[in-house]
Amino acid sequence: MDFKRKDILGLQDLSAEEIELILDTAEPMKEILGRELKKVPTLRGHSVVTLFYEPSTRTRTSFELAAKYLGADTASIAVATSSVQKGESLRDTAKTIEMMGIDVIIIRHAAAGVPHLLSRYVKARVINAGDGAHEHPTQALLDMFTIREKKGRLSGLKVAILGDIAHSRVARSNIWGLTKMGAEVRVVGPPTLMPPDIQKMGAKVFYRWEDGLKEVDVINVLRIQLERQQKGLFPSIREYTRLYGLDEEKLRCAKPDVLVLHPGPVNRGIEISPEVQDGPHAVINEQVKNGVAVRMALLYLLMGRGEEDVLTA
Amino acid sequence: MCLLLKGGLVVDPDRNSIKKADVLLEEGRIAAIQPGLKVPDAKTIPVEGCYICPGFIDMHCHLREPGEEMKETIHTGTMAAARGGFTAVVAMGNTKPPADSRAVIEFVKRQAEAAPVPVYPVGCVTKERKGLELAEIGDLVDAGIVALSDDGNPVMNSEVLRRVMEYSSMFGLLVISHCEDTNLSAGGVMHEGYISTLLGLRGIPRAAEEIHVARDIILAEMTGARLHIAHVSSAGSVRLIREAKQRGVRVTAEVTPHHLCLTDEAVMTFDTNTKVNPPLRTPEDVDALCAGLLDGTIDVIATDHAPHTLEEKDVEYNYAPFGISGLETAVPLMWDRLVAKGILTPVQLAQKMAGNPAKILGLPERAVKVGTVADLTVIDPQLKQPVRVESFASRGKNSPFNGWELLGWPVLTIVAGKVVMLEGKLTDSERS
Repeated sequence: MDFKRKDILGLQDLSAEEIELILDTAEPMKEILGRELKKVPTLRGHSVVTLFYEPSTRTRTSFELAAKYLGADTASIAVATSSVQKGESLRDTAKTIEMMGIDVIIIRHAAAGVPHLLSRYVKARVINAGDGAHEHPTQALLDMFTIREKKGRLSGLKVAILGDIAHSRVARSNIWGLTKMGAEVRVVGPPTLMPPDIQKMGAKVFYRWEDGLKEVDVINVLRIQLERQQKGLFPSIREYTRLYGLDEEKLRCAKPDVLVLHPGPVNRGIEISPEVQDGPHAVINEQVKNGVAVRMALLYLLMGRGEEDVLTA
Repeated sequence: MCLLLKGGLVVDPDRNSIKKADVLLEEGRIAAIQPGLKVPDAKTIPVEGCYICPGFIDMHCHLREPGEEMKETIHTGTMAAARGGFTAVVAMGNTKPPADSRAVIEFVKRQAEAAPVPVYPVGCVTKERKGLELAEIGDLVDAGIVALSDDGNPVMNSEVLRRVMEYSSMFGLLVISHCEDTNLSAGGVMHEGYISTLLGLRGIPRAAEEIHVARDIILAEMTGARLHIAHVSSAGSVRLIREAKQRGVRVTAEVTPHHLCLTDEAVMTFDTNTKVNPPLRTPEDVDALCAGLLDGTIDVIATDHAPHTLEEKDVEYNYAPFGISGLETAVPLMWDRLVAKGILTPVQLAQKMAGNPAKILGLPERAVKVGTVADLTVIDPQLKQPVRVESFASRGKNSPFNGWELLGWPVLTIVAGKVVMLEGKLTDSERS
């Protein structure tokens, strides 16, 4: 099939076929990553900029390396604060970047909807690298790629997303993507970290791990933002860890061959115990590698096709 | 000079009737109402097929002056009112400085002297709108306020509000409440529900409004004060007000056109013009608001006109200010969505936008009858045209209705016998 999108703003509006194509395309990309000489010329002459309004190391580096391995030129702009505080509007920043001849803008922002706003301002392609608690499509794609690689399929799997669902863009993109691919998605966390009506997105809601993690094939553990405790959303880190931290006892509730994912960075010993994080079920490091492959696939599908075949390069 | 409105349909809320008649205006008052009037020296305006309503009053708008003239001035705001078919506006006091002193009220009144439509100022409930100490209410009354409100903010401290209600009752003054528990709404930018979950935007639950509606009704009942609930947005608030009215509590309420015409689904575009406080809610809430309007629970349709500059609104959804520029779309929205669809009669619309606001505020009676002041709003029910924000007289172009094709527009606004708007254009004498 053809991939005819200008932007990747979220998984809500991608079809199952499009997701499948992205995941299929990521496989040969991963093969390139394993080569001694990783550079292919597919995107030579194209330019990619990462525009990050939130601190990030892994996602930004992952996108930059993905672009570089495909031969594109990259630049990165880290904006510490919001446009309001900085004094330059998003529109003006966007226009300035576009005038420098950028083909793709990869944006991360603390406010939901910013990539959508940006895509209306510029002709360049826009990839959402995380907008507020809205979507983080490339994270969900790399999660799905990792699951599919290990389990051989997505359809029919039981996937639990554990933790702070309310504030998580990773959870939302995973729910859209996984349900489209035929998986059963469960969200597990305390009611104070569960957004209203989330079941309408197609996920089953569980408050107790004993129910939510039962017989699942995959557990995706979310990072807990420690400042949520100060806002009164749970009593203490200690109690959160006791009730929702993934340890070996809770893991036994799942299927014996359960996969454990985490989008990183990990609060070691809080949302996941060191034994589980470093244990045989965890694929957290593999996710990082797959992230580069999936992002290469996206850049290739958006920009590179029809010029030179990456698979024979 | 005399003015003759020829061929219109006279809306008479008192008799709940509409009759075809010509209306003669003389020296600022209605001189005659009857079919086939012939007055040779009168200037004639043909209004064939148009409804001649008592002059509409917007009892809730923000004119921003003093202090935020880039958003709106009393001059541009009242021009917008005239274009929107309003013959008077009630200006909220969340200006900079706030209207908590005689000086500010007098300034507003002076600025309004040259305005095309009269401005009735609202005084602040508390000093600097901080919700802590009573403003000098007696002084504000002498300066000419028509009501009290810290609108934009609630009075969070129930003890302070109790004393405000007690104190204002000696002046028979109306207290207008902006109902919002700011602990529950903190950080929220839209209605809390499925759409906020989907978009990952922080929600404002209905409870934030309803808790204050309930509290303010209880305090009004305790103190005997006259309470008016501003911009009701939720089904639960309608229920609470209905129940209070049945018990005889002196409470009235208003709803905005945007809460009647839009739901939280409009936010899915991330268009910051849909960001408004209280937030756009669900279809069930819209149904309850309509039902409340019909059964008399909600007395008034008011705009909550909240103009902002383009730069302020052209930002990330989270950072945009709340508010919709509403003066120039209220009448066509209500006609198109309620009257043309048969939900509200023209007589009922005139009650909600003219008769009831006048009664609640204690202003002179609004009626199209011989001897009353000639404040008139004339609506052409056949006129269909799109909303075009670039043609707004208001400085606030922040409307989520831009481009909406609406049926039924105000075509003539008359204030004290003087034409201030004709066919969408402000009359020359009012331009500056």
